[in-house]
Amino acid sequence: MKLMEYQGKELFRRVGIPTPNGVFATTADDVRTYIAAHPGSWVLKSQVLMGGRGKAGGIKFADDAQQGETLARELIGKTLKSVQNPAGEQVKSLLVEEKVDIASEAYVSIAIDRAARKPVVLVTAQGGMDVEEVAEHDPDAIKKYWIDPASVYTLFMDYGANLVEINPLVLTKDGRVIASDAKVDLDDNGLYKHPDIAAWNKAAPADEDQAAAVAIGLGMSNYAKLDGTIGVIANGAGLGMGTMDAIRNAGGAAANFLDIGGGAQAELVKKSYNLVTSDPKVKAMFINIFGGITRGDQVAKGIVEALAGDDVRKVPLVVRLTGTNAEEGRAILDRAGFVPVETMDEGAARAVALANGSN
Amino acid sequence: MSIFLDKNSKVIVQGITGREGGFHTQRMLAYGTKIVGGVTPGKGGTRIESGQPVFDTVKDAVEATGATHSIIFVPPFAGADALWEAHDAGIKLAVCITEGIPAHDMLRVVNTTAGMRIIGGNCPGIISPGKSLVGIMPAHVFKEGNVGMISRSGTLTYEIVDGLTRAGFGQSTCVGIGGDPIIGTTFVDCLRAFAGDPETTAIVVAGEIGGSDEEDAAAFIKDHIADKPVVAFIGGRSAPEGKRLGHAGAIISGNTGTPESKVKAFGAAGVPVADRPSEIPRLLAERLKLVPA
Repeated sequence: MKLMEYQGKELFRRVGIPTPNGVFATTADDVRTYIAAHPGSWVLKSQVLMGGRGKAGGIKFADDAQQGETLARELIGKTLKSVQNPAGEQVKSLLVEEKVDIASEAYVSIAIDRAARKPVVLVTAQGGMDVEEVAEHDPDAIKKYWIDPASVYTLFMDYGANLVEINPLVLTKDGRVIASDAKVDLDDNGLYKHPDIAAWNKAAPADEDQAAAVAIGLGMSNYAKLDGTIGVIANGAGLGMGTMDAIRNAGGAAANFLDIGGGAQAELVKKSYNLVTSDPKVKAMFINIFGGITRGDQVAKGIVEALAGDDVRKVPLVVRLTGTNAEEGRAILDRAGFVPVETMDEGAARAVALANGSN
Repeated sequence: MSIFLDKNSKVIVQGITGREGGFHTQRMLAYGTKIVGGVTPGKGGTRIESGQPVFDTVKDAVEATGATHSIIFVPPFAGADALWEAHDAGIKLAVCITEGIPAHDMLRVVNTTAGMRIIGGNCPGIISPGKSLVGIMPAHVFKEGNVGMISRSGTLTYEIVDGLTRAGFGQSTCVGIGGDPIIGTTFVDCLRAFAGDPETTAIVVAGEIGGSDEEDAAAFIKDHIADKPVVAFIGGRSAPEGKRLGHAGAIISGNTGTPESKVKAFGAAGVPVADRPSEIPRLLAERLKLVPA
């Protein structure tokens, strides 16, 4: 679960990492009221998860309440686009923070090092920059600890984080050390230990795909929308990715990734079909099942049931069904008038042809 | 021979009376796996329908049966404790099927269980066709033979193995190492074992986006495996940056975990990377011809 900056800073304060003074706002009126009550120079920071927020115009400076309101109106509802995120992300809220006079900037992060299977801490005096570039060009630029490094470690360990990053950690001209930005990514599998934070995601899901997946009973990362035109349903993450790749190899592009998991029942297959086809980009669908724990007859039943509904958006469908109970599944599809394909490559090619409007 | 297990390996099931544990116990028994008992706290002293004894603790089970292997079907919150219990009872190899164990739990487990090999979590297990199955794989697609197979995915393994079997390439051992960011056994661990296994004459590595395990595997192959052809596959080559796809570990983060980096690393090690699973048998056949008899 990636946290917004304001949420990350809430956790910073819990473990004693100083943050700038400010307020979280969802309307331009809130911004005006706050600045009117606290005269001074303020920064309006769009709350989005994407990188490249500043360059995309998501950060503005206001010197009075009227200017704050005008800029807030401009930002809230705007879709920010950056190199990292060309599709863009809509701004739904702002963090209004004191404008600090920066004397110097540093970078602090702690993350899971997968290869070493240990936490790894990075500290560099060259904050505010792309840390990967710093590591490459000036590997010796690793200097002082300005805050208690234990507080960052506490946050990382206590909240089961994949990443805690402060970039920049600033030293202000008036001598304060504060976290000017916050990037925190918590492990989804560990969220059950922190129901209060899991509730943040439930109240305002940062990722619509994740919310849609959870709503039909799939795992949070089992559905992801992509840019193509061919809907994908597969069992297992590896086969799901393999199916996307097969579609690309056949000259098309997947509209999504969807893993129905192991042992899926007909009902889940039906809901998955409806979720995938709710994306108007989808022009054809490829269901690719290699039965292990998942049974072919259950998948076939789900497909037939999904397509029986009147409110269903019907798109040209290609089914590949093999493995456990594949024969039974094929018989069910056969009775409903479908002819399953034999292989993944064949299915991908057929789905691409159908999406392009040929038979 | 095979790696990590053989037909005499004595196996217990942690969570043997649960729905998944019970179902797969029967499938493993049907395959010929020596399941000598299981563990469910509170049900010690009873037997499951097929006759295997149930114990309260792994320690009791090991003392009574001499088990060396364990397969774990417990809920995610209990995963770390199940692994520690297995380690403390002297289990040598634990297959952790459970999906969803917090990464920080696994960080602590892998750094405190020296002496026990952990496969997974979030993995389909391990099979030595014709000998033993300690996992949840559909046994009918596997066939006894000489290809060693390592994969981060379950169903993609079945897809690839099905193709190998149809092309006449049986398998010595297939290991599903799991799709989580922190796992007990890496590609390199498996490659080292396959390198020392005379029955394994060729190896298939099925990786996916995310992490750097494939790059490490390529480096190991380059330096240590000269006499056994290796063919690789990378799942998720059409995936965009920043999206987590099903497996908790399958995510491209900035410059880390990209398919380009993995393909390049295998290329530098002289390992062909198949564009699609269906190409693997042909690439394997070509490579095997290159090796002098």
